[in-house]
Amino acid sequence: MEDTKKQLFVRGMKDGIPIGLGYFAVSFTLGIAAKNAGMTALQAAVTSALINASAGEFIGFTLIAANAGYLEVMIMEAVANARYLLMSCALSQKISPKTGLLHRMLMGFYVTDEIFGVSVAQKELKPIYSYGVISMAAPGWTIGTFLGVLMGNILPLRVVSALSVALYGMFAAVFVPPAKENKVVAGLIIISFIASFIFNKAAIFAGISSGIKIIILTIIISLIAAILFPVKNEA
Amino acid sequence: MEHNVYIYILIMAVTTYLIRVLPLTLIRKEITNVTIRSFLFYVPYVTLAVMTFPAILESTQSPVSGAVALVIALGLSWMGKSLFQVSVFSCIAVFLIELILK
Repeated sequence: MEDTKKQLFVRGMKDGIPIGLGYFAVSFTLGIAAKNAGMTALQAAVTSALINASAGEFIGFTLIAANAGYLEVMIMEAVANARYLLMSCALSQKISPKTGLLHRMLMGFYVTDEIFGVSVAQKELKPIYSYGVISMAAPGWTIGTFLGVLMGNILPLRVVSALSVALYGMFAAVFVPPAKENKVVAGLIIISFIASFIFNKAAIFAGISSGIKIIILTIIISLIAAILFPVKNEA
Repeated sequence: MEHNVYIYILIMAVTTYLIRVLPLTLIRKEITNVTIRSFLFYVPYVTLAVMTFPAILESTQSPVSGAVALVIALGLSWMGKSLFQVSVFSCIAVFLIELILK
Protein backbone atom coordinates (compact mmCIF):
# COMPACT_ATOMS: atom_id res chain seq x y z
CA MET A 1 0.00 0.00 0.00
CA GLU A 2 2.76 2.41 1.01
CA ASP A 3 4.62 1.48 -2.13
CA THR A 4 1.75 2.14 -4.52
CA LYS A 5 1.18 5.54 -2.93
CA LYS A 6 4.79 6.43 -3.52
CA GLN A 7 4.61 5.17 -7.09
CA LEU A 8 1.48 7.21 -7.70
CA PHE A 9 3.11 10.34 -6.33
CA VAL A 10 6.18 9.79 -8.52
CA ARG A 11 4.02 9.19 -11.60
CA GLY A 12 2.25 12.44 -10.79
CA MET A 13 5.58 14.22 -10.55
CA LYS A 14 6.61 12.85 -13.96
CA ASP A 15 3.41 14.06 -15.55
CA GLY A 16 3.85 17.36 -13.75
CA ILE A 17 7.27 18.17 -15.24
CA PRO A 18 6.09 19.11 -18.75
CA ILE A 19 3.26 21.07 -17.15
CA GLY A 20 5.73 22.98 -15.00
CA LEU A 21 7.89 23.76 -18.05
CA GLY A 22 4.93 24.94 -20.06
CA TYR A 23 3.68 26.95 -17.11
CA PHE A 24 7.04 28.62 -16.80
CA ALA A 25 6.84 29.85 -20.38
CA VAL A 26 3.21 30.96 -20.21
CA SER A 27 3.46 32.62 -16.81
CA PHE A 28 6.61 34.40 -17.91
CA THR A 29 4.55 36.28 -20.50
CA LEU A 30 1.88 36.73 -17.84
CA GLY A 31 4.49 38.43 -15.67
CA ILE A 32 5.13 40.90 -18.45
CA ALA A 33 1.41 41.72 -18.49
CA ALA A 34 1.44 42.17 -14.72
CA LYS A 35 4.38 44.53 -14.98
CA ASN A 36 2.52 46.58 -17.57
CA ALA A 37 -0.41 46.77 -15.13
CA GLY A 38 1.93 48.38 -12.62
CA MET A 39 2.25 45.39 -10.31
CA THR A 40 5.39 44.41 -8.44
CA ALA A 41 7.03 41.00 -8.91
CA LEU A 42 5.79 39.94 -5.47
CA GLN A 43 2.19 40.97 -6.15
CA ALA A 44 2.22 39.13 -9.46
CA ALA A 45 3.73 36.01 -7.88
CA VAL A 46 1.10 36.03 -5.12
CA THR A 47 -1.62 36.33 -7.75
CA SER A 48 -0.22 33.35 -9.64
CA ALA A 49 0.22 31.25 -6.50
CA LEU A 50 -3.41 31.86 -5.52
CA ILE A 51 -5.16 31.79 -8.86
CA ASN A 52 -3.35 29.44 -11.26
CA ALA A 53 -5.35 30.50 -14.29
CA SER A 54 -3.79 32.08 -17.36
CA ALA A 55 -6.86 33.66 -18.94
CA GLY A 56 -8.29 34.65 -15.56
CA GLU A 57 -5.10 36.32 -14.47
CA PHE A 58 -4.53 37.99 -17.80
CA ILE A 59 -8.00 39.54 -17.69
CA GLY A 60 -7.43 40.47 -14.05
CA PHE A 61 -4.20 42.30 -14.83
CA THR A 62 -5.84 44.11 -17.71
CA LEU A 63 -8.68 45.26 -15.44
CA ILE A 64 -6.29 46.29 -12.69
CA ALA A 65 -4.36 48.36 -15.22
CA ALA A 66 -7.65 50.04 -16.15
CA ASN A 67 -8.48 50.69 -12.46
CA ALA A 68 -11.73 48.74 -12.88
CA GLY A 69 -14.29 48.26 -10.11
CA TYR A 70 -14.11 45.28 -7.74
CA LEU A 71 -17.47 43.90 -8.88
CA GLU A 72 -16.37 44.03 -12.49
CA VAL A 73 -13.22 42.09 -11.63
CA MET A 74 -15.32 39.48 -9.83
CA ILE A 75 -17.73 39.01 -12.73
CA MET A 76 -15.00 38.82 -15.36
CA GLU A 77 -13.08 36.36 -13.25
CA ALA A 78 -16.14 34.13 -12.93
CA VAL A 79 -16.72 34.32 -16.68
CA ALA A 80 -13.11 33.66 -17.65
CA ASN A 81 -12.87 30.67 -15.32
CA ALA A 82 -16.34 29.18 -15.69
CA ARG A 83 -14.94 26.21 -17.62
CA TYR A 84 -13.35 25.04 -14.38
CA LEU A 85 -16.85 24.48 -13.06
CA LEU A 86 -17.40 21.88 -15.78
CA MET A 87 -13.98 20.34 -15.20
CA SER A 88 -14.62 20.14 -11.50
CA CYS A 89 -17.93 18.34 -12.17
CA ALA A 90 -16.12 15.84 -14.40
CA LEU A 91 -13.40 15.31 -11.78
CA SER A 92 -16.01 14.70 -9.08
CA GLN A 93 -16.87 11.53 -11.01
CA LYS A 94 -13.24 10.50 -11.36
CA ILE A 95 -12.49 10.35 -7.64
CA SER A 96 -13.76 7.80 -5.16
CA PRO A 97 -16.99 8.90 -3.42
CA LYS A 98 -15.13 8.23 -0.16
CA THR A 99 -12.57 10.97 -0.83
CA GLY A 100 -12.47 13.30 2.17
CA LEU A 101 -13.36 16.99 2.22
CA LEU A 102 -9.79 18.18 2.75
CA HIS A 103 -8.55 16.24 -0.28
CA ARG A 104 -11.41 17.64 -2.35
CA MET A 105 -10.60 21.17 -1.24
CA LEU A 106 -6.92 20.79 -2.07
CA MET A 107 -7.56 19.14 -5.43
CA GLY A 108 -10.09 21.86 -6.23
CA PHE A 109 -7.47 24.52 -5.73
CA TYR A 110 -5.53 23.15 -8.70
CA VAL A 111 -8.23 22.52 -11.29
CA THR A 112 -6.35 24.00 -14.24
CA ASP A 113 -6.59 23.10 -17.92
CA GLU A 114 -3.37 21.11 -17.82
CA ILE A 115 -3.71 19.41 -14.44
CA PHE A 116 -7.26 18.53 -15.38
CA GLY A 117 -5.90 17.08 -18.62
CA VAL A 118 -3.59 14.61 -16.90
CA SER A 119 -6.14 13.92 -14.14
CA VAL A 120 -8.88 12.71 -16.47
CA ALA A 121 -6.40 10.37 -18.13
CA GLN A 122 -6.35 8.40 -14.84
CA LYS A 123 -8.71 5.42 -14.45
CA GLU A 124 -9.51 6.51 -10.94
CA LEU A 125 -8.09 9.79 -9.74
CA LYS A 126 -6.26 9.50 -6.40
CA PRO A 127 -5.39 12.64 -4.43
CA ILE A 128 -1.79 11.49 -4.00
CA TYR A 129 -1.31 11.48 -7.78
CA SER A 130 -2.67 15.02 -7.99
CA TYR A 131 -0.25 16.17 -5.29
CA GLY A 132 2.64 14.72 -7.31
CA VAL A 133 1.54 16.69 -10.36
CA ILE A 134 1.02 19.87 -8.35
CA SER A 135 4.44 19.59 -6.68
CA MET A 136 6.12 19.87 -10.09
CA ALA A 137 3.67 22.14 -11.90
CA ALA A 138 2.75 24.81 -9.37
CA PRO A 139 6.25 26.23 -8.72
CA GLY A 140 6.78 26.74 -12.47
CA TRP A 141 3.71 28.96 -12.62
CA THR A 142 4.58 31.17 -9.66
CA ILE A 143 8.31 31.44 -10.38
CA GLY A 144 7.66 32.11 -14.07
CA THR A 145 5.34 34.99 -13.23
CA PHE A 146 7.83 36.42 -10.74
CA LEU A 147 10.70 36.29 -13.22
CA GLY A 148 8.49 37.60 -16.01
CA VAL A 149 7.97 40.84 -14.10
CA LEU A 150 11.66 41.15 -13.27
CA MET A 151 13.21 40.32 -16.62
CA GLY A 152 10.44 39.98 -19.16
CA ASN A 153 12.55 40.90 -22.11
CA ILE A 154 15.71 38.87 -21.44
CA LEU A 155 14.67 35.34 -22.46
CA PRO A 156 14.98 34.95 -26.26
CA LEU A 157 11.60 35.13 -27.94
CA ARG A 158 12.39 31.91 -29.79
CA VAL A 159 12.73 29.97 -26.54
CA VAL A 160 9.45 31.36 -25.17
CA SER A 161 7.81 30.50 -28.47
CA ALA A 162 9.07 26.89 -28.37
CA LEU A 163 8.07 26.35 -24.74
CA SER A 164 4.59 27.67 -25.32
CA VAL A 165 3.51 24.60 -27.33
CA ALA A 166 4.42 22.22 -24.47
CA LEU A 167 0.92 22.60 -23.02
CA TYR A 168 -0.80 21.81 -26.31
CA GLY A 169 1.44 18.80 -26.84
CA MET A 170 0.26 17.53 -23.47
CA PHE A 171 -3.37 18.07 -24.36
CA ALA A 172 -2.87 16.00 -27.50
CA ALA A 173 -1.26 13.22 -25.48
CA VAL A 174 -4.43 13.15 -23.37
CA PHE A 175 -7.14 13.28 -26.01
CA VAL A 176 -5.53 11.24 -28.82
CA PRO A 177 -5.14 7.80 -27.12
CA PRO A 178 -8.88 7.50 -26.23
CA ALA A 179 -9.72 8.57 -29.79
CA LYS A 180 -7.86 5.50 -31.00
CA GLU A 181 -10.12 3.22 -28.99
CA ASN A 182 -13.39 5.11 -29.33
CA LYS A 183 -14.65 6.29 -32.72
CA VAL A 184 -17.12 8.73 -31.17
CA VAL A 185 -14.33 10.50 -29.30
CA ALA A 186 -12.26 10.62 -32.51
CA GLY A 187 -15.16 12.18 -34.39
CA LEU A 188 -15.80 14.66 -31.58
CA ILE A 189 -12.20 15.83 -31.62
CA ILE A 190 -12.33 16.52 -35.35
CA ILE A 191 -15.66 18.33 -34.95
CA SER A 192 -14.24 20.30 -32.01
CA PHE A 193 -11.23 21.40 -34.07
CA ILE A 194 -13.43 22.58 -36.93
CA ALA A 195 -16.01 24.28 -34.70
CA SER A 196 -13.30 25.96 -32.63
CA PHE A 197 -11.58 27.20 -35.78
CA ILE A 198 -14.80 28.70 -37.14
CA PHE A 199 -15.70 30.20 -33.76
CA ASN A 200 -12.29 31.84 -33.50
CA LYS A 201 -12.07 33.15 -37.05
CA ALA A 202 -15.64 34.23 -37.84
CA ALA A 203 -16.06 37.96 -37.34
CA ILE A 204 -19.51 37.68 -35.72
CA PHE A 205 -18.00 35.85 -32.71
CA ALA A 206 -15.13 38.30 -32.30
CA GLY A 207 -16.69 39.97 -29.26
CA ILE A 208 -16.85 36.75 -27.24
CA SER A 209 -13.93 36.04 -24.91
CA SER A 210 -11.96 32.86 -25.48
CA GLY A 211 -13.03 31.44 -22.10
CA ILE A 212 -16.70 31.79 -23.04
CA LYS A 213 -16.07 30.29 -26.47
CA ILE A 214 -14.53 27.22 -24.83
CA ILE A 215 -17.54 26.80 -22.53
CA ILE A 216 -20.15 27.25 -25.25
CA LEU A 217 -18.46 24.80 -27.63
CA THR A 218 -17.79 22.26 -24.89
CA ILE A 219 -21.39 22.26 -23.68
CA ILE A 220 -22.99 22.13 -27.12
CA ILE A 221 -20.73 19.45 -28.60
CA SER A 222 -20.64 17.25 -25.48
CA LEU A 223 -24.39 17.52 -24.95
CA ILE A 224 -25.23 16.53 -28.53
CA ALA A 225 -22.76 13.64 -28.25
CA ALA A 226 -24.25 12.53 -24.93
CA ILE A 227 -27.75 12.44 -26.43
CA LEU A 228 -26.75 10.74 -29.70
CA PHE A 229 -24.11 8.39 -28.29
CA PRO A 230 -24.84 7.64 -24.63
CA VAL A 231 -21.99 5.86 -22.90
CA LYS A 232 -23.02 2.65 -21.17
CA ASN A 233 -20.40 1.64 -18.68
CA GLU A 234 -17.67 4.24 -18.65
CA ALA A 235 -17.59 7.74 -17.28
CA MET B 1 -11.35 55.97 -6.85
CA GLU B 2 -8.08 54.23 -6.06
CA HIS B 3 -8.26 50.48 -5.69
CA ASN B 4 -6.05 48.30 -3.54
CA VAL B 5 -4.06 45.71 -5.48
CA TYR B 6 -4.32 43.14 -2.72
CA ILE B 7 -8.11 43.45 -2.60
CA TYR B 8 -8.14 42.88 -6.35
CA ILE B 9 -6.04 39.76 -5.87
CA LEU B 10 -8.27 38.52 -3.04
CA ILE B 11 -11.43 38.96 -5.12
CA MET B 12 -9.87 37.10 -8.04
CA ALA B 13 -8.65 34.30 -5.80
CA VAL B 14 -11.94 33.73 -3.93
CA THR B 15 -14.08 33.86 -7.09
CA THR B 16 -11.83 31.43 -8.94
CA TYR B 17 -11.54 29.05 -6.01
CA LEU B 18 -15.29 28.80 -5.44
CA ILE B 19 -15.84 27.92 -9.10
CA ARG B 20 -13.25 25.18 -8.88
CA VAL B 21 -14.06 23.69 -5.52
CA LEU B 22 -17.86 23.71 -5.32
CA PRO B 23 -18.61 20.86 -7.75
CA LEU B 24 -15.81 18.74 -6.33
CA THR B 25 -17.03 19.13 -2.77
CA LEU B 26 -20.79 19.16 -3.39
CA ILE B 27 -21.09 16.28 -5.86
CA ARG B 28 -20.30 13.37 -3.58
CA LYS B 29 -22.11 10.52 -5.26
CA GLU B 30 -21.68 8.76 -8.51
CA ILE B 31 -24.11 10.27 -10.98
CA THR B 32 -26.39 7.53 -12.39
CA ASN B 33 -28.21 9.47 -15.12
CA VAL B 34 -26.82 8.12 -18.41
CA THR B 35 -27.03 11.41 -20.31
CA ILE B 36 -25.22 13.38 -17.59
CA ARG B 37 -22.61 10.64 -17.26
CA SER B 38 -22.07 10.60 -20.99
CA PHE B 39 -21.90 14.39 -21.08
CA LEU B 40 -19.22 14.42 -18.39
CA PHE B 41 -17.40 11.60 -20.17
CA TYR B 42 -17.16 13.65 -23.38
CA VAL B 43 -16.47 17.05 -21.76
CA PRO B 44 -12.72 16.57 -21.16
CA TYR B 45 -11.89 15.51 -24.70
CA VAL B 46 -14.00 18.18 -26.33
CA THR B 47 -12.72 20.95 -24.09
CA LEU B 48 -9.06 19.95 -24.55
CA ALA B 49 -9.51 19.75 -28.32
CA VAL B 50 -11.23 23.13 -28.42
CA MET B 51 -8.45 24.68 -26.33
CA THR B 52 -5.72 23.19 -28.53
CA PHE B 53 -6.94 24.29 -31.93
CA PRO B 54 -6.52 26.86 -33.36
CA ALA B 55 -4.78 28.32 -30.29
CA ILE B 56 -1.59 26.34 -30.95
CA LEU B 57 -1.18 28.16 -34.27
CA GLU B 58 -1.24 31.51 -32.48
CA SER B 59 1.01 30.53 -29.60
CA THR B 60 4.20 30.43 -31.65
CA GLN B 61 6.00 33.12 -33.59
CA SER B 62 4.79 31.69 -36.87
CA PRO B 63 1.64 29.64 -37.54
CA VAL B 64 3.76 27.20 -39.58
CA SER B 65 5.80 26.07 -36.60
CA GLY B 66 2.62 25.80 -34.53
CA ALA B 67 1.00 23.64 -37.21
CA VAL B 68 4.02 21.35 -37.45
CA ALA B 69 4.09 21.04 -33.65
CA LEU B 70 0.42 20.04 -33.72
CA VAL B 71 1.01 17.35 -36.36
CA ILE B 72 3.97 15.98 -34.42
CA ALA B 73 2.01 16.03 -31.16
CA LEU B 74 -0.95 14.22 -32.74
CA GLY B 75 1.33 11.66 -34.41
CA LEU B 76 3.41 10.88 -31.34
CA SER B 77 0.28 10.66 -29.17
CA TRP B 78 -1.23 8.25 -31.68
CA MET B 79 1.90 6.12 -31.35
CA GLY B 80 1.31 6.04 -27.60
CA LYS B 81 4.26 8.20 -26.51
CA SER B 82 4.17 9.67 -23.02
CA LEU B 83 2.96 13.16 -22.11
CA PHE B 84 6.51 14.24 -21.51
CA GLN B 85 7.88 12.93 -24.81
CA VAL B 86 5.03 14.44 -26.80
CA SER B 87 5.49 17.90 -25.30
CA VAL B 88 9.27 17.91 -25.51
CA PHE B 89 9.33 16.88 -29.16
CA SER B 90 6.66 19.47 -30.00
CA CYS B 91 8.84 22.17 -28.39
CA ILE B 92 11.95 20.99 -30.24
CA ALA B 93 10.03 21.02 -33.53
CA VAL B 94 8.99 24.64 -33.03
CA PHE B 95 12.51 25.66 -32.09
CA LEU B 96 14.09 24.01 -35.14
CA ILE B 97 11.49 25.27 -37.60
CA GLU B 98 11.73 28.83 -36.36
CA LEU B 99 15.50 28.52 -36.65
CA ILE B 100 15.11 27.59 -40.32
CA LEU B 101 12.43 30.17 -41.07
CA LYS B 102 14.42 33.10 -39.74
